[in-house]
Amino acid sequence: MFWVRLKRVIRSGWINFRRNTMVSYAAILVTTITLIVVTTLFLFQAVLNAAILNIQTKVDIAVYFTPTAPEDQILSLEATLQALPEVASVQYISADQQVLAFRDRHNNDYLTLQALDELGNNPFGGLLQINAKDPTQYDAIAQTLEGDNTIARSNSQIIERINYSQNKQVIDQLNNLIFNARRIGLIMTLVLSLVSIIIMHTTLRLTIYMAREEIGIMRLVGASGAYVRAPFLVQGVLYGAFAWLLTNLLFLPLTYIAGLKMTDLLGINLYSYYTSHFFSVSGLVLLIGLVLGVISSLLAVRRYLNV
Amino acid sequence: MIKFANVSKAYPNGAVALENVNLEIKKGEFVTIVGPSGAGKTTLNKLILDEEEPTEGSVLFENADIATFSRAQMTHLRRRIGTVFQEFRLLPNKTAYENIAFAMEASGKSDEEIVSDVPHVLQLVDLQDRMFHFPSQLSGGEKQRLAIARAIINQPEVLIADEPTGNLDARSTNEVIEILKKINDLGTTVILTTHDPQLIKAVGQRIITMERGRVVADEQKAHGKHNAV
Repeated sequence: MFWVRLKRVIRSGWINFRRNTMVSYAAILVTTITLIVVTTLFLFQAVLNAAILNIQTKVDIAVYFTPTAPEDQILSLEATLQALPEVASVQYISADQQVLAFRDRHNNDYLTLQALDELGNNPFGGLLQINAKDPTQYDAIAQTLEGDNTIARSNSQIIERINYSQNKQVIDQLNNLIFNARRIGLIMTLVLSLVSIIIMHTTLRLTIYMAREEIGIMRLVGASGAYVRAPFLVQGVLYGAFAWLLTNLLFLPLTYIAGLKMTDLLGINLYSYYTSHFFSVSGLVLLIGLVLGVISSLLAVRRYLNV
Repeated sequence: MIKFANVSKAYPNGAVALENVNLEIKKGEFVTIVGPSGAGKTTLNKLILDEEEPTEGSVLFENADIATFSRAQMTHLRRRIGTVFQEFRLLPNKTAYENIAFAMEASGKSDEEIVSDVPHVLQLVDLQDRMFHFPSQLSGGEKQRLAIARAIINQPEVLIADEPTGNLDARSTNEVIEILKKINDLGTTVILTTHDPQLIKAVGQRIITMERGRVVADEQKAHGKHNAV
């Protein structure tokens, strides 16, 4: 009997969905708007994260060595730093590379190049560029190099200067920016999701309000509460599924165009992101659509079942 | 079968729909309840269907107090009572066939029973040609015949017809009354409410007259017996 009832409930939900054209149209439209908001917020977070990552890679700590610093000692310090858990990457630029880069930069500045030549030897020392995994960890890395510890003590003779304190202000500002951007993103997500849910719930309540007479008749001919409720749940699922389909039909071409035209501006190829995260983003959006449809139907029907 | 014992019904706004009603309806009876609008006829039906509860007294169905019924018991009770209303109360988005099939599905009938019984009952009320029409495509008389077909499909023990001819022309009224008589002949208890004096002549062995929420007369037509209350 369970399968017979299930089959009847699904058929009844599908028939109601098909025949109540205006109601289905309105419910799908509202659910689609909700899912568009949710998907937009997902993509917004992706763009925000890409932008933050982009800025993070541009910030580093540079350790300048004296021209006489032995290369093997610099390389040894590089290996030590590389092993620190806070460190994402360490790049060694030798004194020779430094001078080549300097000459390249002052290619058209004859006087500067002549002054360099007159010095006879290379005035530059080596350089280590350190990127942290998280911008808040630069302070800890700087402490490793400047503080009272074995690494700092054993290398203090070869280190000419560390530019962390010069960059500290920028890094602190960046940390604030990231923190605020994430907080604003989260608040926006919560507020817009809440607004969408309220709109969707209200619309579904209106659609079921219109069906209240029908619910009363069903109860009067002896249908149990569950048997009245179930087709409405099927309708809720159908609203969610169709809204998900429409959302994808909108976002696949939109992100494709954004991928072609706006990758440089956004710092991320939205189409690649959307398709590579299709199951996580779109799957979650589908789940939200179904849950919204079902819960809204359930809450709205409950009100009129007391007949 | 159905007993009203000292039943009163008052609404929160102070309106009194029923006042100290005592009635007993026996199995197989055809009872016509007459009275002007506001006499309490529909409230009487709503109490039997457990749509409303009495303020005082009790309504008994086979000696069980309806007010004490659980939700499941109420659903079960409604499957034993067929209902026909003046405003038809058909499911607008279901065809004639589906409206009847729904009542059968709700009471747990098999697909085979539905396929065999629905066309049969539609034939009984002369709607076999309107099987796949929606209520909006049917005339008033056809809608009411469909409502009767739905009400009797599960072979209820009681059929409540609340002003079933209120929206019908004379021809359709006669058709509906004839069908109700036939249903009663087959053993179903019929409770018909009406405010139409012409209709009273055509129907019922027993006529209960109500005014302002009170039973003012209880007449046994077949035996010519009249009990003033």
